[in-house]
Amino acid sequence: MCRLFAMTGDTPISPMVALNALDVMREGHDGSGVGLFLRDLGGPFDDMKNAPILSGIFTKNGIKRLDTFMMNLGFMTKYKISFKLPKNSPQGVPHRDVYLVRAYEYPEEWEGRNFEELGKELMNIRLQLREMGQAEKDMIVFSFWPDVIMIKEIGDPLTVGKYLNLGREDLTARVIMAQGRQNTNYAINLYACHPFFLQGISTMTNGENTAFVPIKEFLKSRDFPGYTGFQSDSEVFTHILHYALKGLGLSIEAYKHIITPLYGTDLETHPDAQLLKQLKQSCRKMIIDGPNCVIGSLPDHSLFMVQDRKKLRPGVVGGHPGQYAFASEICGLDAVIPDRDKSKDFQPMHLDTAIVGPDRQEINICRQTDPLPPLH
Amino acid sequence: MPSNRPITPSSLSIKDQPWQIHWDKDKCTLCGSCTAVCPVNAINLDVFRKRKVETSLGLNSSSSSVFKVYHGIRQKTDSAYACVGCAMCTQVCPNDAIMPYKSDEAGKLIFHVNRGGQPRRRGGRRNVAGGLLDQIKFIRISMLTDPALDAGRHEFELRTLLGRVLPPEEGIAHFKEKGWIPPVREIYPLLIGSMSFGALSPPMWEGLQMGVAYLNEELNMPVRICTGEGGCPPRLLRSRFLQYVILQIASGYFGWDEIIHAIPDMKVDPCAIEIKYGQGAKPGDGGLLMWYKVNKLIAAIRGVPAGVSLPSPPTHQTQYSIEESVAKMIQSMSMAWGFRVPVYPKISGTSTALAVLNNLTRNPYAAGLAIDGEDGGTGAAYDVSMNSMGHPIASNLRDCYLDLAAQGKQNEIPLFAGGGIGKTGNLAANAAALIMLGASGVQVGKYIMQAAAGCLGSETDRCNICNIGLCPKGITSQDPRLYRRLNADEVAQRVVDVYLSFDTELKKIVAPLGRSTSLPIGMSDALGINHRDVAERLKIQYVV
Repeated sequence: MCRLFAMTGDTPISPMVALNALDVMREGHDGSGVGLFLRDLGGPFDDMKNAPILSGIFTKNGIKRLDTFMMNLGFMTKYKISFKLPKNSPQGVPHRDVYLVRAYEYPEEWEGRNFEELGKELMNIRLQLREMGQAEKDMIVFSFWPDVIMIKEIGDPLTVGKYLNLGREDLTARVIMAQGRQNTNYAINLYACHPFFLQGISTMTNGENTAFVPIKEFLKSRDFPGYTGFQSDSEVFTHILHYALKGLGLSIEAYKHIITPLYGTDLETHPDAQLLKQLKQSCRKMIIDGPNCVIGSLPDHSLFMVQDRKKLRPGVVGGHPGQYAFASEICGLDAVIPDRDKSKDFQPMHLDTAIVGPDRQEINICRQTDPLPPLH
Repeated sequence: MPSNRPITPSSLSIKDQPWQIHWDKDKCTLCGSCTAVCPVNAINLDVFRKRKVETSLGLNSSSSSVFKVYHGIRQKTDSAYACVGCAMCTQVCPNDAIMPYKSDEAGKLIFHVNRGGQPRRRGGRRNVAGGLLDQIKFIRISMLTDPALDAGRHEFELRTLLGRVLPPEEGIAHFKEKGWIPPVREIYPLLIGSMSFGALSPPMWEGLQMGVAYLNEELNMPVRICTGEGGCPPRLLRSRFLQYVILQIASGYFGWDEIIHAIPDMKVDPCAIEIKYGQGAKPGDGGLLMWYKVNKLIAAIRGVPAGVSLPSPPTHQTQYSIEESVAKMIQSMSMAWGFRVPVYPKISGTSTALAVLNNLTRNPYAAGLAIDGEDGGTGAAYDVSMNSMGHPIASNLRDCYLDLAAQGKQNEIPLFAGGGIGKTGNLAANAAALIMLGASGVQVGKYIMQAAAGCLGSETDRCNICNIGLCPKGITSQDPRLYRRLNADEVAQRVVDVYLSFDTELKKIVAPLGRSTSLPIGMSDALGINHRDVAERLKIQYVV
């Protein structure tokens, strides 16, 4: 299993808080890797919300190629975080030349483009870089998006955090997702590490998606360049969410109806039965299977958690207005928000989607048997 | 044999027969049950000669031998009366004195069953033992990375869809605009394939229908049965049970006068309409109901005179191209029920299946495609069609699924596979393998006949006389003296047994694979086979 921790708060915090929470839950992961997703950034990035930030790992040669590539496109570096690393990397953590977190100015000729067009271009650039990097094995690119930073590395989460000095003051965020990895199915490939990212949408999962292959075949045939990679069976959770929100124009409340639809009497008696039946049939190719707890972050800064149809993985949400955390285990939650009202902790079950909205005032529970918001 | 006995080219000895009757004189009581029950009169009571040595007890007389006669069972050697190996004689013998054995060498009968220039026709199966489906293993076992599911206790959603499924974008758009959404049925993935009223006896048909009704109404299993090309009894057409029935229309249009006229009286819509263009057992040939079986009842339901053979044309006579054949007919049938009933074609497995499929993907009314592989069975066909014509189902289905997947249309046109599923008894494993290769569901006929009614056919050319109405079990006979051997209620009960055990076995397969939320259609990563070429052809894993 893996362990998940996510947090949303009015005040930006350090990612080390999340890594500490993972460390508390370390019985559930083997320390084979860590992934971090930061959004709604604090510190210096607070003043550059629109600047796209590139996150990744590069060799010296890779950086040179990146600079040439970005320069040719007209991107100028606006701000960057420099990671000064100790000479020797800790045991189990590979040596890398450069961990890159760099904010860019858009090219001048891009001015006036709407966000949708920008989003498309940013994704294409990320995919292009990824392809270039895979060819020469000199770049690994995690995200290229405004107000988003991603860091992934092999090794024990806390060790990696200390090694990279992630407790530094200029690296904080109001929304953080972190995954401590249990490496089981796949050779350690950082593209198989959670969280996964696509056009402002990110998810991470504790579990295994046994319906991976048919879902992958379906997504691949959507003719959308972002549905690629598939190094991990959990990556499709991000893709499906992206498809539901952007491709089908549905809301987060409908996500669970796509990945684990209702059936039987629950479906027949649902106020939106007709729509849900239609969704269930049309989207049958995206029904997930196996034990999965999915935590995700949406472009509006909401965080959410859903469980598989049988609720086979642990997951809990708790906190207080202004600060909420999602964790695989209660001990993870206790480590970060000990002063919350524990009686209000919520463990989403097989029908629930737990959402903490951008205002961070409450945990909204959306049961699959509830009416859906109207289609728009 | 007397030296002057005429020997003709077709004179065969018992040794030349494919089935040889072994009869035990010591056990036989000469009750006559075996000769009475033999469907093909292969045996008769006959007189045999025996020599007996009479030992002299006196000093002056010598011992001698005398010849006497005794009565016993003799097997005929005339090819018209050849034993078919059904072993009904064994079944009825009170003393287990008689049993047919398969010849230890290839029978010579095959060279002589074309008397009068008429090639052999028969029913049954292809008579090739084993099959590829049995070699496929399920190799992706969940244990620790994800816990295995409990087939007995967890909930499983294993239903499938029959009908044209709109792509997600279109589905939502049609819903919002209140546009036409093609009818889609949520059904159980194991269907009883098309076996006609006429091919099957009344108790067999009734038993199947009762079993299906029970599964639906008492056990909440949405099992569907296809009529085959023989129409449908009028009372069934006007009952609520019609919703469990897929009506088949084929090139003879038998029974469709009755069906069309019953439409205004139908209480419910049928599950679907299957347009038969081909059949796995006799590809490129039409249906065949031989005159033996066309009695008054069958003739009335089919709208034909009694006592004549009913060969359906190999193709639908009103059509001359795939575009017309498929588009016009699907549209006409859809229109007949107000576009509320899915209409799909069934073809025999063929290397041209992709052409048909690609045509269907462009037809918004096409609700699916059923493909019947070479191992499909039949009530009557020419021997050569059964033995040599057709395409194996596995690669045909896989090609179609991968073609749909490449177009992004997988499961939008559900594929239903048939032909040899469970032919060695491994029904659930064969069905699951085909589903994971891409089938939305499977159709079975022979398995049901064997399991629910005790059909004697095996892959050794045993029995196979379904065509002439002499089925010794009464399954495919229209002779009341034969079909009264079959009890419809018992057939129904066996149908229910079959489905319940299949359901458990299917769960026992999908649970260890970590699947329970939906039928694992196209889950090819779970499949492996120890044959490299097959693995490559089917795009599954090669395991040794």
